[in-house]
Amino acid sequence: MKVSLKWLKDYVDIRLTVGELAERLTMAGLEVRGIEPVGGTWDSVIIGEVVGLGPHPNADRLKLATVNVGTEQVSTVCGAPNINVGQRVAFAHIGARLVDSHTGAVVVLKPAEIRGVASEGMVCSEKELGISESHEGILVLPPDAPIGVPLAAYLGDVVLDLEITPNRPDCLSVTGIAREIAALTGETLHLPEIHYEEAEKSIDSFASVDIADPDLCPRYCASLVTGIKIGPSPIWLRQRLNSYGMRPINNVVDVTNYVMLEYGQPLHAFDYHKLRGRQIIVRRAVDGETMTTLDGSQRALYSETLVIADKERAVAVAGIMGGLDSEVTDKTDTILLESANFNQAAIRRGCGRLQFQSEASIRFDKGLNAGLPVLPLKRATQLLLQLAGGKAAKGIIDIYPGKSEPKLVSLSTREVKRLSGLKINIDEITEVLTALGFECQESDSRSQISVSVPYWRSDIRCAADLVEELVRIIGYEKIPMTRLGSPLPAQKSRLSPTARQSNLRERLGNILTGLGFQEILTYSLVSLEKLQKLSPKLELTIPPLKVANPMTREQEYLRTSLRAGLLATLAYNQKFEQAGVRLFEIGKIFLPQHPHVIASEAKQSEKGKELPQEKKMLCAVLSGARAELSWQPDKELLDFFDAKGVVENFLGQLGLKASFENSDDEGLFPARRANIIATDDKVGVLGELHPRVAQAFELSNTVYLIEIDLEKLLTRIAGARGYQSIPRFPSVIRDIALVIDEQVSYRAVEQAIQSFSLVAKVTLFDLYRGEQIPEGKKSFAIRIIYQSPSHTLTDEGVDRTQEQMLARLQKELGATLRS
Amino acid sequence: MLEHLKDLHAQALEELNRIDNPRELELWRVQYLGKKSSLTQSLRSLAALPLEERREVGAQANEIKTALESILAEKQRLLQETFLSSSRESGTLDVTLPGRPLPTGRTHPTTQILEEICDAFKSMGFQVIEGPDVEWDYYNFEALNMPQHHPARDMMATFWVDTGVSGKARLLRTHTSPMQIRLMEKERPPIRAIVPGRVYRYEATDATHESMFYQVEGLAVDKGITLADLKGTLFDFCRCIFGEERKVRFRCDYFPFVEPGVEVAISCLACSGTGCRLCGNSGWIEILGAGMVHPDVLARVDIDPGIYSGFAFGMGVERIPMLRYGIDDIRLFYGNDLRFLRQF
Ligand SMILES: [Zn+2]
Repeated sequence: MKVSLKWLKDYVDIRLTVGELAERLTMAGLEVRGIEPVGGTWDSVIIGEVVGLGPHPNADRLKLATVNVGTEQVSTVCGAPNINVGQRVAFAHIGARLVDSHTGAVVVLKPAEIRGVASEGMVCSEKELGISESHEGILVLPPDAPIGVPLAAYLGDVVLDLEITPNRPDCLSVTGIAREIAALTGETLHLPEIHYEEAEKSIDSFASVDIADPDLCPRYCASLVTGIKIGPSPIWLRQRLNSYGMRPINNVVDVTNYVMLEYGQPLHAFDYHKLRGRQIIVRRAVDGETMTTLDGSQRALYSETLVIADKERAVAVAGIMGGLDSEVTDKTDTILLESANFNQAAIRRGCGRLQFQSEASIRFDKGLNAGLPVLPLKRATQLLLQLAGGKAAKGIIDIYPGKSEPKLVSLSTREVKRLSGLKINIDEITEVLTALGFECQESDSRSQISVSVPYWRSDIRCAADLVEELVRIIGYEKIPMTRLGSPLPAQKSRLSPTARQSNLRERLGNILTGLGFQEILTYSLVSLEKLQKLSPKLELTIPPLKVANPMTREQEYLRTSLRAGLLATLAYNQKFEQAGVRLFEIGKIFLPQHPHVIASEAKQSEKGKELPQEKKMLCAVLSGARAELSWQPDKELLDFFDAKGVVENFLGQLGLKASFENSDDEGLFPARRANIIATDDKVGVLGELHPRVAQAFELSNTVYLIEIDLEKLLTRIAGARGYQSIPRFPSVIRDIALVIDEQVSYRAVEQAIQSFSLVAKVTLFDLYRGEQIPEGKKSFAIRIIYQSPSHTLTDEGVDRTQEQMLARLQKELGATLRS
Repeated sequence: MLEHLKDLHAQALEELNRIDNPRELELWRVQYLGKKSSLTQSLRSLAALPLEERREVGAQANEIKTALESILAEKQRLLQETFLSSSRESGTLDVTLPGRPLPTGRTHPTTQILEEICDAFKSMGFQVIEGPDVEWDYYNFEALNMPQHHPARDMMATFWVDTGVSGKARLLRTHTSPMQIRLMEKERPPIRAIVPGRVYRYEATDATHESMFYQVEGLAVDKGITLADLKGTLFDFCRCIFGEERKVRFRCDYFPFVEPGVEVAISCLACSGTGCRLCGNSGWIEILGAGMVHPDVLARVDIDPGIYSGFAFGMGVERIPMLRYGIDDIRLFYGNDLRFLRQF
């Protein structure tokens, strides 16, 4: 809401500087977003009188004007058609800063010779002064404008740009803001005095109003003025509309707009003679009904749209836009002025249907009160009579089916203290609320009042609302600062599932960053195409949930996997990265619930059962060179066993021992993929990304991927740990080299060795194929550490165990000792 | 035997003289003093000698062993000194050569700031909980005093998720505030919790708008909680995150589910209050929306607003690192360009 400071000063004395005023308003909830001076550049523009006018010797369309600027008479060349002797005008001396009427830029007025005649300055248009877009002629000031006075002193102003929150439709008006200023500064509010003469003939003999749908129209008021003369509005009115950014049209339309800005009540003027049947009917439109609106477009109406109709047809879409048929034109001489209240939701639906918003509908949409229409109607009638002449019919029409009693709210000093922490006595409370227009009635006790809410404050419904009024006027800065003194809630166990999960998230983040992985966070919404590309067959294993109104196709579905985001990020970054890239994300995936579950559970529970399952996952990818380029080169590429090492490392840090088995995850390359098993349950997968998937994501290097279900992992961690005493007896180390068939897995060998109780640790330290090893075989070099918890091992004892072990390896796995 | 020992001693000393590096010295030690050296062997074989000879040879052998050991120690010391002084002069390492690179990973800047925020509130007794991203209209709007057609809904353009079987409206939460309701439905006062999480807005993106970002919600409900407690708590928080020298401003603002409503701003980090482009010349930067929990909201979850009161607050998370590091485009956060992420 833009508002002129001068206009505000019509209703309230303002002693603060503009900056101080803006600060007070901002603190009280009416944020001042901008302060724009009007006429700040008018330093060489003076009010003058045109005292002489003659033809230009060399140009038919130009005139030579002599202007009295008080101290001297200057002559200037002027092309405006509306210039006349006796007019008061704005005269710009050479050096004045004006708006260039063609480019809109501010330029300095230079001495000029126009068609051979020197011009000592310029008579300005509104556009050149930056007041409005009007450039058809020069600005003509009222006859009482003081000659010789700088224009800035006469027309200069400051426009405040206020952000009005949706709860305060009353502040979408100048008087509303003035009331706030009065309450904030302790000044008195002076609203315009409204009185005008009425003719003998009653308005009822001109027109009647019938509200057919009172649920959508709680109140309809109207006045009628005959014998008006349509014409332009005076400069003061035009300038005020301009300061709000509204284009002046004619005196009638301008008055309705002016009063709307003044009081916040939208008004509409009908050309009375174009209304058929002397009747206004407020009703729902009939499906299929059409109407041509003011903007010239023919619009289809629907049964949920409220219209203003005469006896025969709709003449306006209620609260949104007038109809072309009943528009005020230059020939109009009788006006029916409407000031009504319409249902907020109806206006909102109507705007949605018509895809249109107006200054009026924006106000109705915020919820105006049915108590408002009469005062603005009378004010507009008064101004019409002043500016357009004519006679007002006697009385007004006021149909008020939605009448309600003023709301009463009771407020105690105790309640004020309980919510605000501020002790305010009843007199101060009463003073503040009264200044805002509330009526306070003392009850029996000196600590409680009954507050009657004025009609314009429909946002006030309970004591807490009044507490806000008090503290925002007194000032939030007056509230003390205290620390919470109330008891802490029972603290949740660190072992509770939620606590453990957030701890796990943090721990995994720390471990993985320590292992050189960069965390990324990608959008929850992805494209269908990306999810499809995760499968080499482009099939979706889980149907993802779709957003009904996506912004882009890139963000249309809720992700069912973290892989898409990671792979896309990897692909995007690989062109900038020389070394290997290691990335991870910890986040939610969204799985639609199984339809059968939904149907049965929806019956049992009103709310809460049909939301998708949101599952926390960890996904990591690694690809490219293992080490950065260095003077001590390691030029190997990252491979499966780097990925596996990472899994073993972080599971190890969480106290888990992982084992691995072949996996059937279709996004991974069949020859190199494994399920990750932690304490007998699958918690995730790892492997090489399927080359087709890599290709689909335009990834250049081989990519290895790790994916862990965090909830599953959490169940594995619970109870995984037990204490083992530190070995007291020395260990014995033996290295063996085994030759074995290619098909036998290392895991089988390791398990066979570990089945001997004296074996404390088994480490593979070489894997060899080639010379000296027969075709189809491989050689494992294994270090075995023997240790006993109860005694020192002897060489003989270890030898015996190892002999048995070799015999078993030979028998069960066909392994022989390499000679 | 004695003769042999004497020869051995002489030979050992002679060889030791020629040694000038630790590797040869170790070989020398093994040869003359090791387990298999003839000196050790002869000491072992003493038992086979007659008693008289045994004593004499034994004494002699031990004497030689002690002598060799001490001269070995002396030699080791000499060699080490020579080595230290020579490497000081000639073999100094070029310490400016780069170290062997290890891969470096960092958490996302959003994760970092979330941890900071959570830590700040945890120390004030708030518990950290999370909630669903896909929400019911009821929790996101209705229960927070925003029924259908409420004008405040306009300020939070919403992504709708295809309607489920029951036909009730599912959406991507536009703020973390629905967890206020979920939490109060489950718990009774005293309540003190914060809720970090993702939120979504159906908005065209630009340097200051993202369709997805993070918020942290906070809620404290009990008997006797006042606006003064809200101010004190959030003042402490702002100082904790933005530094002790920051000024903190509380002004009236409107959110449908609180009353009175509060906006919390800090003095501008760039100009400290004199006004600049960062703060839109106001000298203040908005950080939090807050307020006293609306009595209708409390009543809706069966907490008596006549007895209990509380405050709630919510803040955008990315804004904080943006201010701190001077990041001018929010889209950088989830664009995940490593050249950006590696700076934090
Ligand atoms: Zn600043």
